Amino acid sequence: MKSSFIRGMRNGIPIMLGYFSVSFGFGILSVKMGLSVFQAVGISATNLTSAGQVAGLSIIAAGGSIIEMALCQFVINLRYALMGFSLSQHLDDSFTTLHRIILSFGITDEIFAVAISRSEPISASYMYGLIVTPFIGWTSGTLLGAVAGDLMPQSVCSAMGLMLYGMFIAIIIPPAKRNFKVLLNVIFSASLSVLFYYVFPAISFGFVVIICALVSSLLCAWLFPIKEEEKE
Amino acid sequence: MSIAIYILVMALVTYLIRMMPFVFFRRKIRSNFIKSVLYYLPYAVLSAMTFPAVFYTTGNIYTSVIGTVVAIVLAYFDLPLIVVALSCSAAALISGFLIL
Repeated sequence: MKSSFIRGMRNGIPIMLGYFSVSFGFGILSVKMGLSVFQAVGISATNLTSAGQVAGLSIIAAGGSIIEMALCQFVINLRYALMGFSLSQHLDDSFTTLHRIILSFGITDEIFAVAISRSEPISASYMYGLIVTPFIGWTSGTLLGAVAGDLMPQSVCSAMGLMLYGMFIAIIIPPAKRNFKVLLNVIFSASLSVLFYYVFPAISFGFVVIICALVSSLLCAWLFPIKEEEKE
Repeated sequence: MSIAIYILVMALVTYLIRMMPFVFFRRKIRSNFIKSVLYYLPYAVLSAMTFPAVFYTTGNIYTSVIGTVVAIVLAYFDLPLIVVALSCSAAALISGFLIL
């Protein structure tokens, strides 16, 4: 029981380090967009997700509607539903419904990737460990970024804002390199987003992301359905 | 509108998406079309979020583009997330000092 918790924590350390630096950028970005330190940390502690938080931040800064916020979070974080479904097939008997209710909070791309890569069934205590270290990294990084954002030179702050996008690029490129269909999907979605930005600037960021992602994914799924063996 | 309401909605929607399938849904998705959409969706979301927003992040289009190119090249060679993220930022910072 205890040892699997420790093992989970240890497996979460690389994720924690990655999250720390990325959320540092999020903290800076939040303050830059007019949020308080408390609000920035509040978002990180209750959301624990990068893409959704950045999109949410843009919607807050632009004064978007609550519907836009809910829809945008739904579409951007929809992948977690699939991951949760997938993970639920690999749990051992220690996973009671209560553990599922608590631990589902910590499903992220990286935590999912590590959990699913294990050969043995996932125990609840392992999962608590695997989530707690990245959670600490994510919230403390946000806190330091939001606080130090004021202390650091402007040039460093603005450069660190790029970090989140760097992480997104690092998630997109490798599968796009290996699978031509994913590459087409990426290029199509990005082009559509660029088109919206310059041709229809009135449409807000959240809706642009929803429209581009759905149109691109539906079109690609229709034109180039994914075969079972192509999934990573 | 109060920022607290935005944060509450964000947190609630995000949590429900994670919780519902993990707790309730135990059947297997059969439709290959839906599976394909779900497979494409994360990449499409991240692409739309990154472009063109990444070019305006640092406040200087040249340093942003340099950072982006560095990120794409390093990601192409499968470097870890943290390395790509830090290098992309460092490239923008260093090029900022050289240009400005």
